[in-house]
Amino acid sequence: MAGESNGAGVFGSSIRRREDPELITGRAKYTDDLQLPNMAYCTILRSDYAHAKINSIDASAAEALDGVIAVYTASDIADSGVPGGIPVGWLLPDMVIPEHFMLAKDTTRYVGDGVAIVVADDLYTAHDALELIYVDYDPRDGVADPKKATEDGAPLVHDEAPNNIAFDWEIGDKESTDAAFANAAHVASLDIVNNRLIPNAMEPRAALADYNSITGELVLYMTTQNPHIHRLLISLASLGLPEHKIRVIAPEVGGGFGSKIHHYADEAIAAWASMQLGRPVKWTATRTETYLTDAHGRDHVTHAEMAVDANGKFIGLRVDTYAAMGAYLSTFAPAVPTYLYGTLMSGEYDLPAIHCHVYGVFTHTVPVDAYRGAGRPEATFVVERLVDEAARVTGLDPAEIRRRNFVAPDNFPFQTQVALAYDSGNYEGALDKALEEIGYADFRSEQAAAREQGRYLGIGLSTYIEACGLAPSAVVGSLGAQAGQWESAVVRVHATGKVTVYSGCSGHGQGHETTYAQIVASALGVPYEDIDVIEGDSGVMPHGWGTYGSRSAATGGSAIASAAEKVVDKARTIAAHLLEAAEEDLEFEDGSFFVKGSPDQAQSLPDVALQAYLAHNLPKGIEPALEATSFYDPENFVFPFGTHIAVVEVCANTGNVELQRYLAVDDVGNVINPMIVDGQVHGGIAQGVGQSLYETAVYDEGANLLSGTMLDYAVPKAHFLPSFETDRTVTPCPHNPLGVKGVGEAGTIASPAAVVNAVVDALSPFGVNHIDMPVTSEKVWNAMN
Amino acid sequence: MYPSKFDYHRPSSVQEAVQILSSNPDAKVLAGGHSLIPVMKLRLAAPAALVDIGRIDALQGISRSNGSLSIGACVTYNEIANSADVQAAAPVLAEAAGQIGDRQVRYRGTIGGNLSHADPASDLPAAALALGATLHVTGTGGSRSVSASDFFVDLMMTALQPDEILTSVEIEAAAAGTGSAYVKFEHPASGYALCGAAAVVTRGAGGSCTAASLCFNGVSSTAVSASDVASSLVGSDLSDDAIVSAVSGLSIPDATGDMFASAGYRQELAKSIGIQALLAARDRA
Repeated sequence: MAGESNGAGVFGSSIRRREDPELITGRAKYTDDLQLPNMAYCTILRSDYAHAKINSIDASAAEALDGVIAVYTASDIADSGVPGGIPVGWLLPDMVIPEHFMLAKDTTRYVGDGVAIVVADDLYTAHDALELIYVDYDPRDGVADPKKATEDGAPLVHDEAPNNIAFDWEIGDKESTDAAFANAAHVASLDIVNNRLIPNAMEPRAALADYNSITGELVLYMTTQNPHIHRLLISLASLGLPEHKIRVIAPEVGGGFGSKIHHYADEAIAAWASMQLGRPVKWTATRTETYLTDAHGRDHVTHAEMAVDANGKFIGLRVDTYAAMGAYLSTFAPAVPTYLYGTLMSGEYDLPAIHCHVYGVFTHTVPVDAYRGAGRPEATFVVERLVDEAARVTGLDPAEIRRRNFVAPDNFPFQTQVALAYDSGNYEGALDKALEEIGYADFRSEQAAAREQGRYLGIGLSTYIEACGLAPSAVVGSLGAQAGQWESAVVRVHATGKVTVYSGCSGHGQGHETTYAQIVASALGVPYEDIDVIEGDSGVMPHGWGTYGSRSAATGGSAIASAAEKVVDKARTIAAHLLEAAEEDLEFEDGSFFVKGSPDQAQSLPDVALQAYLAHNLPKGIEPALEATSFYDPENFVFPFGTHIAVVEVCANTGNVELQRYLAVDDVGNVINPMIVDGQVHGGIAQGVGQSLYETAVYDEGANLLSGTMLDYAVPKAHFLPSFETDRTVTPCPHNPLGVKGVGEAGTIASPAAVVNAVVDALSPFGVNHIDMPVTSEKVWNAMN
Repeated sequence: MYPSKFDYHRPSSVQEAVQILSSNPDAKVLAGGHSLIPVMKLRLAAPAALVDIGRIDALQGISRSNGSLSIGACVTYNEIANSADVQAAAPVLAEAAGQIGDRQVRYRGTIGGNLSHADPASDLPAAALALGATLHVTGTGGSRSVSASDFFVDLMMTALQPDEILTSVEIEAAAAGTGSAYVKFEHPASGYALCGAAAVVTRGAGGSCTAASLCFNGVSSTAVSASDVASSLVGSDLSDDAIVSAVSGLSIPDATGDMFASAGYRQELAKSIGIQALLAARDRA
């Protein structure tokens, strides 16, 4: 579609993000910036115990505090007659689904579990009152480690889930995989912990609820990546309000990384309180609350093995994983360590036998759910670490063993042994480019020379693939999703030729206002400046499923392209009528219709739009106005891939890991805005480096969160990171109209394996073959000594 | 993230400040606020009153006279890091101050607040200790002087009485032939010192070491002086071998461990960082 019109050069150009001036000057309005008349403030008392029975709650002192409007507990919510539930939105066979109520009824199951609500005239009073609520707890033992939680005798999170097992899931073929191992010349074997992460979006979660008791309408401003999903779940499961009486609005949202997909109790609590009081109620998480309540990510304990034949060909992969669910099943939690994890186990490799078995495990911790990459970073880490270990046990170079096992470029579409059908790819192309740009051959001699001087350099490859662009609705439905995954768009050309675009996605930092306008400028041939993009209001646009899973370009963008195409088709019909020509004789170029060979007699899109709205002279059967709606359901996932390479030096004296170079060669298909794609890659890499070197949520034996503040939990700082080197290959997606894949998660998926592989390579003289994340200086020092 | 209620006082003199402190036992002194305000916002501290000493002129400024440097308690890290007087007379203090937190923190945090808070992982205590700083304090009973080595009593505990305020820090200007360095291995989350080493060495006319000190932040409950290392360096030629050998026996009593780094690792880190600091100090001497 690029190259058709005077907006054509816009698609693929690094236009500056139009959303940034407001964001960087502080003019943008986030949920907590909003004020409504007569607004009250809500705070939530949270359990100090990982596991406790609640004997009683005495709120009398809090209620007596000047300025306190009300204090509520779970029984108040139950008595109000609302359903009060926080549902799980992805069902697996035989999964144990414990009740999850908006507040803990008689048992708290993690530190941070909500126990009581305060509503007060001002925020300080609302916080003061929390300290005046006396809860008589009967503390019980808790468990935080997902593997230990399954042992006999471990404290139970829910009585109905023996051994704390929420689900027992497998994919692949156990028999053929076992047979492969029986015939293996080499077996690479690793025990891997994928460390638990805390999302840390810059903006804490918040909600401002305004319930009109006369009309029965609820307007809920909130930090959401998917307003329609929140509207649906709040309607069906939490508050029982009719869906058409709920309007969920996402003002500016300051990052999410998945943590604002999920439906939590807190936003529903603000809405419920507004319903009780008939006045607006605002709740804003403190940073402490974001640590204690935002769904955490990862938290796997895995044993994995690769069977390799005498020629270095992979013949089997076996994976056993204990994946933490936390205390309750969060919105999409069951999908993350199953269909977003086990299905990725083939990596970029032609692997003839795979078996992956996963226990989803309840622990006395914050619920775990999708966090940037969601299952795919965990899978990539398992596969790419095993590939390096396979290189070690076979004596092959890590690049060479990858080459021997890649899916060949002429072997697409490629059906893996774990359900996915890769649509297109050229894995060796990206690897070759990356190796050349990093100077791989020279590095090995530099490394050898450095070792002579007692300096330890390492290089690590991660040749990753991911499945994103969620997703074909029928496919995800068959796998357990209680949601569709198509996307909607409206392209509305106004009478003056200006354009408003509505998308059911909901950006929170991705730059949709820019990239979506680029798509439409290119499709309609109208100036980029004449196009506005509106998202994030369930009262304004058709139903959509939101922004996550690197889906907004592939699904939302494709919906927009389809709607734009419909607009052009209608405009062509009108233009043909105005030009008194046959439609098939018309050219559409630079935003104008004209008869082939007669560009001087043209009807521009604004000309046509004006006629469409005046409707004085329309072709027979053509409705007035010029707009189109599209609901686009993709036929497959999209499969970005690439090669990431990290170069590190570890300090023999301190164990410090210095990330010296980081090179990413990604293939995300066609690129709408290279600068935005680079930005996504940079951010993703930083987050993955964070996981590999710095970040980890630490619980003690009693399941208390020790890393509860930013003093303890290390989000990477700019000076920890080198200037990233990025490049691309382009293999367009064959099945969507834009040829785009996704880029939002690629960096996070690829980078942990690249960094850890580099550290292990640096430590190879010390006989180290694995080191768990985060690779802290002490772990490295211990490995060297 | 929302503190409890507190009264706020803004005295204009040290005398007025100590009077308020003495009549409000639950009051806390507020200087730059970069340690106190966060713990109040976490409700880990709930002082009944804050005594803001930030507008007291007597606590401001850096002066140098008769070979001695005087730094007012409310002088910020940024002023110290960029002061020509501090850089000339006590460069290790400027170097340490320049490594605290980030730019915003350095524009607000003060030397008096830092030393009085006595966070062992902060960067200034070891430097003050290595420089043999004298801390001047004033209470309702009058003024007195405390050496840095007597000032840090235990984890976040100092020799200050409840009604006393640290007013200034006095440091003897470095003798000729002195070099110093502050080297920090930072905690990736907090930016505080997992281990920070302040080294000061002086070479005599013949090139041998006539005075040395090596002090650490972050390794135990207070900043500590490795006096054995220092005394074994005095008289040495400060060669690489002499420094490595002097530090090899380093043992810090009561080294602390936490979820990020064990006590044993901190000990090892102290050796490595200590050597780096001494080598850098020697090269500058």
